[in-house]
Amino acid sequence: MMKHLLSMEDLSAEDVTQILDTAAGFVDLGERTVKKVPTLRGRTVCNLFYEDSTRTRISFELAAKRLSADVLNFSAKGSSVSKGESLKDTALTLQAMGVDAIVLRHSESGAPLTLTQWVDAHVLNAGDGSHQHPTQALLDLFTIRQRFDRIEGLRVAIVGDVLHSRVARSLVQGLRTMDAEVTLVAPPTLAPPRPEAWGAAVSTDLDAVLDKTDVLYLLRVQRERMAQQFFPSPREYARLWGADRDRLARLPQGAIVMHPGPMNRGMEITAEVADAPNAVIGEQVRNGIAVRMSCLYLLLGGDG
Amino acid sequence: MSAFTFVGARVVDPASGTDQVANVTVSGEEIVAVGTQVDGTAIDADGLVLAPGLVDLHVHLRQPGREDAETVQSGTAAAAAGGFTAVCPMANTDPVADNAGVVELVLRLAREAGHCDVFPVGAITRGLKGEELAELGSMAAVGVRCFSDDGMPVVTARVMRRALEYARTWDAIICNHSEESSLTEGAQLNEGEASSLLGLAGWPREAEEVMVARDLILAGGLGARLHVPHVSTAGTVALVREAKARGVRVTAEVAPHHFTLTDDLARGYDPVFKVNPPLRTKTDIEALRAGLADGTIDAIATDHAPHPGEQKEQEWAYAPCGMVGLETSLAVTLTELVDPHAAVHERGDGVLSLLEALACLSTKPARSRDIAGHGGPIEPGTPANLTLFDLTASWTADREQTQSRSRNLPYHGMTLRGRVQHTLLRGRFTYQDGQVA
Repeated sequence: MMKHLLSMEDLSAEDVTQILDTAAGFVDLGERTVKKVPTLRGRTVCNLFYEDSTRTRISFELAAKRLSADVLNFSAKGSSVSKGESLKDTALTLQAMGVDAIVLRHSESGAPLTLTQWVDAHVLNAGDGSHQHPTQALLDLFTIRQRFDRIEGLRVAIVGDVLHSRVARSLVQGLRTMDAEVTLVAPPTLAPPRPEAWGAAVSTDLDAVLDKTDVLYLLRVQRERMAQQFFPSPREYARLWGADRDRLARLPQGAIVMHPGPMNRGMEITAEVADAPNAVIGEQVRNGIAVRMSCLYLLLGGDG
Repeated sequence: MSAFTFVGARVVDPASGTDQVANVTVSGEEIVAVGTQVDGTAIDADGLVLAPGLVDLHVHLRQPGREDAETVQSGTAAAAAGGFTAVCPMANTDPVADNAGVVELVLRLAREAGHCDVFPVGAITRGLKGEELAELGSMAAVGVRCFSDDGMPVVTARVMRRALEYARTWDAIICNHSEESSLTEGAQLNEGEASSLLGLAGWPREAEEVMVARDLILAGGLGARLHVPHVSTAGTVALVREAKARGVRVTAEVAPHHFTLTDDLARGYDPVFKVNPPLRTKTDIEALRAGLADGTIDAIATDHAPHPGEQKEQEWAYAPCGMVGLETSLAVTLTELVDPHAAVHERGDGVLSLLEALACLSTKPARSRDIAGHGGPIEPGTPANLTLFDLTASWTADREQTQSRSRNLPYHGMTLRGRVQHTLLRGRFTYQDGQVA
């Protein structure tokens, strides 16, 4: 296993399979009364969060605690960071304290890779800017595999603000590594430049791809993009690219709907779709803990 | 007055188009003879190219205001080490060089340092805000020939047109930082495959081209002089080429990093590769080289932009734009563009002949900015502003081996060909055998 988890680009199909297989072993643990194994006892995991994210932080915290690691939560607000300390100095401080792993969430792309040059600890990317969110991609792949017993050959449509989405960047790479077909559906203003480099098809027409879709993956669309003229109004966005009851009905039998959360109900997804039986949004969250346990275990477990 | 003679130098002079092995005698501040004479102390120059001192139209010396990054003293020392005898520092200091006082301060600091002639660029607008014209006349009175808000575009067409018009009083040059800023809000890297995969906000080429097109139209309409700095895209090359063909009084420069490095280098998120305008693509590199070859681009200018280490050791998005370049410009140009085995007038496998390359580094930039006494010719009676370099010597670029106060060198670790041996400013060694004098 590699030293850090920074980008889905670094993972082979074997790596992904190993992570998902290992995660499968941890899923049941969450159902037990005693949800804890002693695997990482005595190891220290620091959640270093430069960007608010209660969901991801809690998921990583639970994952580390269920492996019996000691967990530090270092939030940029109310810390030395808000007093102007650089990432480098924060990194050197954590290095001096001897943490074993740093889970980094950062608003700027590339920060986790930059961090690795200053620390010996394992670095896990918990989302960096518009770049990558590998544990989200892995939990999505886990959820897809759980539903279909395979990933290869599935047709996945990723819909919404692809341009600014780290979820999309990491998930597309993961899906391509596992030989799924990916279509990005977005207004042209929110499609990434040079999508051919992603190995994905691009469409502006959601209705044209629905009946060829096994997994409909909806991305969060921030309302602030409207002010930046990426689209004229939430109403128009919802009409052209939102998932509603009618569109849900046009998916093939057995297709599922996914969303990384938090959802904008009424924008990219209506309440009926979010709560539909084939929406697996809750499972994604549940599986997130097991997948993050798997990542921590595989990265740290091999250390002497 | 003691004289000395460079013996057996290969004299390459773009101003006169000559290439000959000759002895060059310097006495006082001037060249006094070019021929077979050996007057005064003999200095062996066998195997060295002797050329006019290099001229850089675009540097940042950071003084006053950011002396942690560079000073006039350290920046001009780096210039001397790079073979330069004249540099043009931009106005974006703190305080801004938008008045004669700051210009005179920079001139005085340069005189005291004595490493290199300095021709400050004055600001177009007060505080580089793009709103009110600075007092161009007060700066012209102390020798300023070119005005630029470099780093900040003159956003409105009205102010730009007024500046071009007003500068005609002195037939001075307006150099606008070509960036339509409404297209580059938050931009981090050339918009393309690399930015797409790295999740860095794209910096579209059109942001540069839209602004250049506007300025060419404005300058053409007025018959005013325009200089286009740091051309980075194929589209800009085409615009300038077309404008020159219809007689617009425009000159243009390209930075070595733009004709050698691509946006792929950002893949490690090392901000040493972050620059404005951003590194582009292979297609752009080809077009920039073609622009140098056909004369569309007049000058190679470094845009030497020093930043202290802690500024560049940050997240990519937080780091400032800019690269140092004064000590590598000649070698990068020779390594990338010139075939060392070709005859001096010929290109061989290179993009430029040696004569053409030196023209872009010396004669043409000096002429484009009315800088007298630099850029040759190498003739008796002219100021001895010279550089001597070994065309074939290989060396490894090392950010720690520098006269600059900053280390943000994108070529660190690269093997380059062509090494400066001596630089002379009006007959005095400013750089001699690897030492700044």
